[in-house]
Amino acid sequence: MWTKGKKTSLILSLVLVAGALGYLALGNFGENLVYFVTPSEVRAFSPEQSQKKIRVAGMVVKKSIKTQADPVGLTFELTDGEATIPVVFQGIPPDLFKEGQGAVAEGHWQADKVFHSKMIMAKHSEDYMPIEMKRAGIKLPKKDFMKTLSP
Amino acid sequence: MMNRFIRRIQRFKGWIGAAAALCIFYGLYLGLLDSPPDYYQGEVVRIMYVHVPLAHTALLAYGTLFVGSLWYLWKRDVLVDNMCHAAAGITAAFTILALITGAIWAKPTWNTWWTWDPKLVSFAVLLLIASGYLMLRTFVEDPDKEGRYAAVMAIVGGIDLPIIYFSAEWWRTLHQPLSISMRGVSMSGDILLPLAIMSLGLNLLFIYMLMIRTQMLYLTNLLEAKKGRLLSHAHLSHTSS
Repeated sequence: MWTKGKKTSLILSLVLVAGALGYLALGNFGENLVYFVTPSEVRAFSPEQSQKKIRVAGMVVKKSIKTQADPVGLTFELTDGEATIPVVFQGIPPDLFKEGQGAVAEGHWQADKVFHSKMIMAKHSEDYMPIEMKRAGIKLPKKDFMKTLSP
Repeated sequence: MMNRFIRRIQRFKGWIGAAAALCIFYGLYLGLLDSPPDYYQGEVVRIMYVHVPLAHTALLAYGTLFVGSLWYLWKRDVLVDNMCHAAAGITAAFTILALITGAIWAKPTWNTWWTWDPKLVSFAVLLLIASGYLMLRTFVEDPDKEGRYAAVMAIVGGIDLPIIYFSAEWWRTLHQPLSISMRGVSMSGDILLPLAIMSLGLNLLFIYMLMIRTQMLYLTNLLEAKKGRLLSHAHLSHTSS
């Protein structure tokens, strides 16, 4: 029933799958259960926490985006409704990165109390509608973005 | 009972396949050509009409595997075991497709192909569970043990289903929360309709694939059993003479 080669390969593949699951569960996944932190949490950071690379999510404050020529990038502010942090970004932002929309910035909160980032991701909401409806000011029952920031 | 039910609906296989094709083609027409672009995502939103139904169908396929495994452990119905085996393969296929279409959607909307977000990770784990299940079935030779071990694994793996589904509600994720939930539907009608038709189409396609694959596995196992019996017969007559 259990030939020797089969048994070895079964054990090997089980170890492989269990290892992969364990890696995901304990390693990356555990840390990333907190996928991002909020601007309020960043404000409360201790100096040690500032060393780590983190993701911050928030709403891009309206009229806060300013472009920079050298080095190419931009500065803007992220807010969670309570605290606001300045972000300096180097690079080219994604198309869906807009004022008044959600964004996730990856980088470091440094001693100068500015968040330095080289990677921005746009966070879109769960509402989908054509542009005419949006212009007409129709509101769909979505989760409040500010509330999604507090777990 | 389940056995007779499966045999009975096998007769309508062709109709289910035809209905699936009809829904998918109409859904693709509505989704890719007829529906309006989204106010925020623009034309990119059309990927959703393929990605979301694929992901839902993967969950449905695993759900079928989960329920089938419970049923198998209770009744030991071989045909149900074959159905579970079939559902696992289809789960893996749909999960891979959902991950690929998701990556294609994520690049233009989020600005990354992949990120270690709870929803994405728990969904990738589903692929691992399904492939682990298939590996287990390949390596265990005794059909009775194979069915039992596999069923237990499928039931344990079922914990991943609610995690995937509610991850964007429970934790902080880059993935947007559910559009259709207790809060209501946060999708306009002309976007919801193609999505619903595509979902129906892919669910029917899953049922169609499941029927064909179940039949295939059932017949293969029957053939194996017959071959085994013939072999042992020959072996017996050889040694006794």
